[in-house]
Amino acid sequence: MSIATTQTSAAGSEQHGARAHSDGGWGAATVPVQTRSERFSSTRHEDFAPVLGVEIDWKLTPVSRVKTLIDDELDGSAYDLADRGSSSGAAVEWIGMDDPRVGSAGTPEDRAAANAWSSTQKALSVTVSGDERIAVGLDRSGFGSAPRAAHTVITAKPNSQGHVVLRSSGPGVLAENVEIVVEDGARLTVVSLQEWDDYALHLASHFARVGRDASLTHIVVSLGGAIVRVNPSVHLSGEGANGDLYGLYFADAGQHLEQRVYLHHEAAHTVGRVNYKGALQGDGARTVWVGDVLIGRDATGTDSYEQNRNLVLSEGTRADSIPNLEIETGDILGAGHASATGRFDDEQLFYLQARGISEAEARRLVVIGFLNEIVQKVGDPELESYLAGRIVDELGAAS
Amino acid sequence: MSVLEVKDLHVSVETEQGTKQILKGVDLTVKQGEIHAIMGPNGSGKSTLAYSIAGHPKYHVESGSILLDGAEVLEMSVDERARAGIFLAMQYPVEIPGVRMTDFLRTAKTAIDGEAPAIRGWVKEVGEAMGALRMDKSFGERNVNEGFSGGEKKRHEILQLELLKPKFAVLDETDSGLDVDALKIVSEGVNRAHAATDLGVLLITHYTRILRYIKPDFVHVFVDGKVAEEGGPELAERLENEGYDRFLQPSGVA
Ligand SMILES: Nc1ncnc2c1ncn2[C@@H]1O[C@H](COP(=O)(O)OP(=O)(O)OP(=O)(O)O)[C@@H](O)[C@H]1O
Ligand SMILES: [Mg+2]
Repeated sequence: MSIATTQTSAAGSEQHGARAHSDGGWGAATVPVQTRSERFSSTRHEDFAPVLGVEIDWKLTPVSRVKTLIDDELDGSAYDLADRGSSSGAAVEWIGMDDPRVGSAGTPEDRAAANAWSSTQKALSVTVSGDERIAVGLDRSGFGSAPRAAHTVITAKPNSQGHVVLRSSGPGVLAENVEIVVEDGARLTVVSLQEWDDYALHLASHFARVGRDASLTHIVVSLGGAIVRVNPSVHLSGEGANGDLYGLYFADAGQHLEQRVYLHHEAAHTVGRVNYKGALQGDGARTVWVGDVLIGRDATGTDSYEQNRNLVLSEGTRADSIPNLEIETGDILGAGHASATGRFDDEQLFYLQARGISEAEARRLVVIGFLNEIVQKVGDPELESYLAGRIVDELGAAS
Repeated sequence: MSVLEVKDLHVSVETEQGTKQILKGVDLTVKQGEIHAIMGPNGSGKSTLAYSIAGHPKYHVESGSILLDGAEVLEMSVDERARAGIFLAMQYPVEIPGVRMTDFLRTAKTAIDGEAPAIRGWVKEVGEAMGALRMDKSFGERNVNEGFSGGEKKRHEILQLELLKPKFAVLDETDSGLDVDALKIVSEGVNRAHAATDLGVLLITHYTRILRYIKPDFVHVFVDGKVAEEGGPELAERLENEGYDRFLQPSGVA
């Protein structure tokens, strides 16, 4: 039996979401056009048909503006890294694309990811091992504005504990793949922080495989950049694996921030939580969130919940929010999804103002309060307070 | 001596059926230190008066004025009114997810005073005020009103009243939904604020039971958007016994 549901709420003038309904179909009896797990994958660019912008996974993306990343040759050499994490105890090294670690977590499912894969010459490998918790900060700010590709493999050895921050800032036109392997019993947090300059273009695919009794906390934070699309695919492959997938995004005028999340419960007794929260402020601020959760045939005793919430702070914005839930086994603990896009609540504003707090300060409190739920998951107090400050900056910048 | 004056206030709201007149000429003067009770049937416009004084954007003032020590309150924004010394304890306090109560209280105090309170004294003051209202310390870590019971929300309103020290407080059915113990605790909070700062109080209520704890100087009966009768505390007793029937005659008879 396969149950699929899909639901959309859109804010702003257009009702694109209404069309999105037809992709997955309504009602318990409807089977989706294509099961998520059967999506085509390959590491070769030419294996994918040219992207027209009407495809299910591209139709909400401004494809014409990222054509370069999808089709052109990309510089795939090693790049400058501010902190190579050498002092932290993690092994950070450049490896060839023929290294067995490459491809251990996944294979591209779209043409841009395949282009990045076939363009990359050197992949960055980060390995966390041992008993001590190891924190690694990978600061990438020197990409420049020439189109380029990157590949990162993050491996947490059995029973290790790691916290890896992959931060991108400055100018950049980047297509990349990030592989994450969480081996049995390991606990790993990966934070992908996008703080690009205004003109940056970024298409990223993350592939994660989580082993037996292992746990991955994956957090996508997108603040800067013209077009930023980060698509995490996480496979809970080992029995008892845990996946917490969080996201936080703040789109201001003209920005396109997109995330297509895929959480695949492959093994029994896996627990998944997806929670993405976004704010939109300014003319043309645009966000897309798609959350596909697949509970496979063998994933008995699974517990899964996904949600996306958007807070609309001004006119002229648009948020698409599309959760899809496919269940292939009848024996699950629980599965659910929620999606909501709401305006700033005037009653909250009134309450705070009635206590003497200015409108600007009241908005700040409410927005930070809304996004804080995700900030608190980052697991690094310094980075958490930095992010809270960045959200304040974002609020001020656009108002 | 501070004074809050409501003069010939007409207020409407926009509804799906068009503009609806709610307040139809309200006159009311509250002096510093006075306690005024406003009683009246459901839908007579009591909350509308409260919200209009606080400046809720949903309510449109068609005519009239509200003066605080001679300054036109209607020209002030919501937060300016609060900083000028007007406080509204709401009938239905709003939940604010993600905003911790302690952060909220400190932000509000800073806004009202124009400077941050000295940290040590403030923490102590908040702790004592919460203790007096029998609010557990753990509330401070919770989000504003989120998951609070009805009674806890009301205590939180009075906590703010005691900490922010306004000149005038409008209490919109602060007594409703409280059990006897809570009613007593909340009333004591209002009385403390009244004694400490010579607070002027506009107490909106349906029931005389709160008037056993908070003694009004004046009672106003509110009917169909206006004050229909005024008197001393004895008027409340009469309303308790007779209800509002005698005010609800078909219009035009009076
Ligand atoms: N937004 C609105 N849309 C339509 N009608 C409204 C609106 N707000 C208030 N009213 C109406 O205005 C009238 C007065 O409402 P208000 O809340 O001021 O009454 P109240 O005296 O406080 O009543 P209660 O004792 O039940 O609290 C009511 O008839 C109410 O339905
Ligand atoms: Mg009312």
